[in-house]
Amino acid sequence: MAPNSDLVDALIDIVGVHGVVTNAAEANLYSRDASNMTGAVGAVCFPTSTSQVAAVVALANRLGRPFVARGSGTGLAGGAVPTGEPIVIVLTRMNRIIDIDIDNMVAWVEPGVINLDLTRALGAHKMHFAPDPSSQQSCTIGGNVANNSGGPHCLAYGVTSPHIASLEVVLPDASIVTLGAVGPPTGVDLRGVFVGSEGTCGIATKIAVRLTPNPPAVRTLLLAFDNTTAATDCVSAIISAGLVPAALEMMDQKITNAVEDFVGAGYPRDAAAVLLVEIDGLPAGCDAGAAIVRTIGEAHGAMSVRLAASEGERLLLWKGRKTAFGAVARIKPNYYLHDTVVPRSALTKVLSEVYEIADRYDLIVMNVFHAGDGNLHPLLVFDGRLPGIMDRVHAAGEEIVRASLAAGGVLSGEHGIGLEKRDLMSLQFSPVDLVAQDMVRSCFDPRGLANPLKVLPAGSRCGEGHGVPDGLWI
Amino acid sequence: MTRVLDKFATDIGAHGAVVCVGGNTQPTEGGLQDQGARIVRAPAGIVSYEPSEMTVTVYAGTPVTELANALAAHGQTIAMPIADGSTIGGALAVGRSSVFHLGHGNVRDTLLQARFVNGAGELVKVGGPTVKNVTGFDLCRLLVGSLGTFGFFGEVILRTRPIAASTQWFSALQADPFATRRSLYRPASIMWDGATTWVCLEGHPEDVAAQATILGRQFQPCSNPPVSLGGPEKHRWAMEPKELRSFGAERSPGSFMALIGIGEAWCSQPPPATPTEPRIQQLEQSIKTKMDPACRLNPGRTPGRRST
Repeated sequence: MAPNSDLVDALIDIVGVHGVVTNAAEANLYSRDASNMTGAVGAVCFPTSTSQVAAVVALANRLGRPFVARGSGTGLAGGAVPTGEPIVIVLTRMNRIIDIDIDNMVAWVEPGVINLDLTRALGAHKMHFAPDPSSQQSCTIGGNVANNSGGPHCLAYGVTSPHIASLEVVLPDASIVTLGAVGPPTGVDLRGVFVGSEGTCGIATKIAVRLTPNPPAVRTLLLAFDNTTAATDCVSAIISAGLVPAALEMMDQKITNAVEDFVGAGYPRDAAAVLLVEIDGLPAGCDAGAAIVRTIGEAHGAMSVRLAASEGERLLLWKGRKTAFGAVARIKPNYYLHDTVVPRSALTKVLSEVYEIADRYDLIVMNVFHAGDGNLHPLLVFDGRLPGIMDRVHAAGEEIVRASLAAGGVLSGEHGIGLEKRDLMSLQFSPVDLVAQDMVRSCFDPRGLANPLKVLPAGSRCGEGHGVPDGLWI
Repeated sequence: MTRVLDKFATDIGAHGAVVCVGGNTQPTEGGLQDQGARIVRAPAGIVSYEPSEMTVTVYAGTPVTELANALAAHGQTIAMPIADGSTIGGALAVGRSSVFHLGHGNVRDTLLQARFVNGAGELVKVGGPTVKNVTGFDLCRLLVGSLGTFGFFGEVILRTRPIAASTQWFSALQADPFATRRSLYRPASIMWDGATTWVCLEGHPEDVAAQATILGRQFQPCSNPPVSLGGPEKHRWAMEPKELRSFGAERSPGSFMALIGIGEAWCSQPPPATPTEPRIQQLEQSIKTKMDPACRLNPGRTPGRRST
């Protein structure tokens, strides 16, 4: 669809001719994110300052047209898929690291800064930004804020919210406010509501991220098991021992073999499952933790327990983990990545249900996930050209979600709700719960212009009855 | 469990001013409560505790010390002030972190799920029971520090954390607390009164000993944290962490207590009034109007307002 020409002209007045997409082919690139959903854009622009963002939002208000902010578009839940032919506000040109303030242990950045670029810039100060999504080479800090993103090292450090001190935000009515503070909290934590609101409460234009000191010591272990039950039981035992590793990842045999074919990370091909465990901190604590992991692993029948002997070996082990999704392309051309969380004690049960569900729908499933915090990532792998395949993929996916919730889990650990799980929210929340969420959202955005139709299902608002958005392809 | 919470919701009802009282340890926080309001108390008791999940479900009226003792039996604790008399719901409603904020994190990150009663007398669930969860809007963080003005906590699920293998406080006169902080890897706490610096180190005993060496001979082990923060005669100041240096320089030693790395200080002098941005005030008022249209929950209290 070609961008609306009147809208394009109005946007050019704000951001200049080089800041607006004028041809249909390029505009359509912004009709989707990394999910399997596609929407339709009204226009696409690239502001370079807070005042330009505010002016674009003001224009949207004057026209009564929705707007959707996006960074690199790596989201997996359809949070950045444009609904209602909105103005797509791409923030990737707002990519300056404004200030690194070591005395306050924060860095002020613009939303388009790439996650890994920030951590690299902080390296000179022996600091890093703790959230490390698998997409950290391309995802933006603004996107991390919108999705309250996670990553392998969330186990010890938490998802994005605790790492955001303050934000400059363009609210949906185009006013500009500062939420939170570099200092300690006072009063109502609107910052905490904004983080993870998936672009429905406004657009962050400056972000104060908290800095985390690089650990003086790191120990990384690879434990191999001949059955997945032993591996998941080992996860619970490690946490029960009072140890909180920096990361505790699990990969099953199908994915480790795909990774071995792809990058040769040194994972044992004959293991039914491997655990990648990282302990960081001060040296004696790391050594003691590594010894506990080894003992527990051996007690759970580990075929092997390997401590990375060098930084090179450690990085290779992590390269395997972080490129796992790319490796899947060697098996089938398409995948659907799910994201649920279950209590750690339910990992064994739910994982076996995941395999059973995939078998029943005749789908390949691979599991590579953040086992330490119970964050499952079943990867349904398929050839999207086969007729009827998507119906099976969606049906299997919904069963996996329901199995996770039945085990006391939640819909999302780090990908967010977006469009993907919007209509499943009622599995976790009652109508009263959802109305409470919508009431807060509507305080930020009474006109419903900011990333509409995301997160909350139809009917959350009294008298509301929206269905699948027109023109949306799932 | 549901019956207990339903009774709490019934107690609160849908009409008339009502005050939820916990341990009443911070009765002036955010203003004096309306004396004419009906008083309710949240249910008390530990509902369930799974040490291997590192989560605990408790009713909001549970004394913080009771929970801390139950967790300690399994080598765990919670990142909130563990003070005699205070309740879990009260501590969350006030939203103040402990002296270990620097090492253990903010109290608002401890709350995973809450069941609370809103101004309409409805029982509402926010958050989720697992240690990791980004499902929907994060209203848990909205409730922490809101002084019960959006709703009264009935039952909460909290994240627990392991108690460190070794914990040791050190103190020194005339040490630079800011340089001390830069020299250490993630200390649990650094406190400063303008003359004395107190440092709490946690972890493996060998790591604590090694970090103590970095502190130098100037620092000597001491048995306890120096003081509890606050108290009726003290006022809380919030500022950027680095501003504590000038804050301390302008005051006589011993007249204040500061949390280095956090930007919090307590002294007898009240902080200057810092008006909230009008647009932020509007947002807060709008949320209050939606959650408690009749303004019947904890009347007289205003989050962020200076204590009286």
